[in-house]
Amino acid sequence: MTMTAIQRITGRGLPLRGNDIDTDRIIPARFLRCVTFEGLGAHVFADDRAQGTHPFNQPQYQGAKILVVNANFGCGSSREHAPQALYRWGIRAIIGESFAEIFAGNCLALGLPVVTTSAAVVAQLQDRLTANPTAELTLDIAQLTLSAADQTWPVRMETGVQQSLCQGTWDACAQLLANREAILATAARLAQG
Amino acid sequence: MSRGTLFDKVWERHQVAVLPGGQTQLFIGLHLIHEVTSPQAFAMLRERGLSVLFPERTVATVDHIVPTENQQRPFLDTLAEEMIQTLERNCKDFGIKLYNIGSGNQGIVHVIAPELGLTQPGMTIACGDSHTSTHGAFGAIAFGIGTSQVRDVLATQTLAISRLKVRKIQVDGDLSPGVYAKDVILHIIRSLGVQAGVGYAYEYTGSTIHGFNMEERMTVCNMSIEGGARCGYVNPDQITYDYLRERPHAPRDWERAVCRWQGLASDPDAIYDDTVTFNAAAIAPTVTWGITPGQGIGVDERVPHLSELPPQERDLAAEAYQYMGVTPGEPIAGMPVEVCFIGSCTNGRITDLREAARVAQGRRVVPGVKAFVVPGSEAVKRQAEQEGLHEVFLAAGFEWRSPGCSMCLAMNPDKLQGRQVSASSSNRNFKGRQGSAAGRTLLMSPAMVAAAAVTGRVADVRELL
Repeated sequence: MTMTAIQRITGRGLPLRGNDIDTDRIIPARFLRCVTFEGLGAHVFADDRAQGTHPFNQPQYQGAKILVVNANFGCGSSREHAPQALYRWGIRAIIGESFAEIFAGNCLALGLPVVTTSAAVVAQLQDRLTANPTAELTLDIAQLTLSAADQTWPVRMETGVQQSLCQGTWDACAQLLANREAILATAARLAQG
Repeated sequence: MSRGTLFDKVWERHQVAVLPGGQTQLFIGLHLIHEVTSPQAFAMLRERGLSVLFPERTVATVDHIVPTENQQRPFLDTLAEEMIQTLERNCKDFGIKLYNIGSGNQGIVHVIAPELGLTQPGMTIACGDSHTSTHGAFGAIAFGIGTSQVRDVLATQTLAISRLKVRKIQVDGDLSPGVYAKDVILHIIRSLGVQAGVGYAYEYTGSTIHGFNMEERMTVCNMSIEGGARCGYVNPDQITYDYLRERPHAPRDWERAVCRWQGLASDPDAIYDDTVTFNAAAIAPTVTWGITPGQGIGVDERVPHLSELPPQERDLAAEAYQYMGVTPGEPIAGMPVEVCFIGSCTNGRITDLREAARVAQGRRVVPGVKAFVVPGSEAVKRQAEQEGLHEVFLAAGFEWRSPGCSMCLAMNPDKLQGRQVSASSSNRNFKGRQGSAAGRTLLMSPAMVAAAAVTGRVADVRELL
């Protein structure tokens, strides 16, 4: 399978405030009653959105690609349905203070980059996106920067993840398959106790 | 970096390669699957023309979506029926063992694998479910994965994963009567927070932990993920070996296996990335009052004021007061509950049901409260019925159900309605978790849930024992 290198994402941003936003909130369990991921985009944050004003509902953020979140985003359930729902809604990159590990791994498997930055930068970005929702942002994976027309911020990402996105090898399956002999050797070694 | 811990030893034994980006290609000894996070993985295999490399290393069951009232097939819920049929077909097509309803061994995936002796010390275990950390109770390195990774494990029996740091969590001393493993882990998460474990494996040790039976250890390891740690484990000891010895899948060359397992335990001079200690005597029955498992207090405490919390926790606390309808400064004891749920991969095992039944014995569920018990597996249900526990529960006015994940995540008909408050022995009190967008969950031990059921309120189980 050929994979696309993901080096740069440009688009409008969407601020979503709050720590510890879990995957049950991103996609409630009733939407896991399915055997494909199709159609999940429509249900992203379904319950939160039904409560009233929510950035994913607001007209100024329709079509946004870059989600800006706070700490421990994506905690809880391992459901890949969560990043699938975000991706299918249109999100192509997530910037936050920190991410739950399983969620971050699931994002990478879809080619959805997650990068971290300081709480101060996140707050600044969220304020800017609230004041000026139409401003474009560019996330440069190779340079590890996020830039607006008038400013650039540094962002962080594990080097291996960065490389795999830039080189288009983020779909781990092919790499894992390539080491078939080493897998069989490990299995044989473990069987001996 | 840690050195000489069980985590390090097991990781190194299972390392297949270092991938170009620096991640480890880790061999997965045991892969567990269920109906909710596997169908898309099999679809991806088919799309890519891949087969399952070691079908005998994957084991399946059905748990998340199964009804717990009427398990007659076809299910009344046609979507649930479709999901189960999809799993049945996938298992048949790829040669995977499925413990289906009626097999005698169906149940919550994290309950049945230990019961069957599939979970063993020194293994690496993965499952498309975040509570896979449960299996760490046996000294396994076990963690949850997403569906694309389920595909990877099916196709290659390996995962691309970054190495974790190791935090030693030492709990020493005796717990007071009425204080359980659930209280220990809720206390740990309350103290360290829900983000502290990100990037870590948790090693639970100390006299309290090693005094626990295997089911209590599973309860602790199960909720590692609620503290942010993808995996948590306990070094294997005689209690581990005694639990495993007669299980159907226990190794045949038993002495040799035990000898190997002993060598995998953390060395006395192992180096950890971090160490924290707790005093068991200081732990009270613990209840969550908020919307994360870290928002917990002793049953004899009051809901904290914002000023008592660290600044970074205040926004979430304010959100929690509003959602939960609790007032800072008020005691949590006495808060009325409407639904009481005993079950889940955290607390749906036989010892959990025994403790709950001890409280329910000779008492009655308060009128207007819905209380139900969902055994974690067919084996747990059988055992409980042999002991007559179901009669204790039924006589007290609890419903006695069939095994499944049930109202822990409410993918089946077991759901809260509206703003109902539940006392729940499960693991997550997230907004909307139990099936109603406004439903409210209070996490606690199974005995505390039983106490809530027979008083209609959050109650201190120590006064009922």
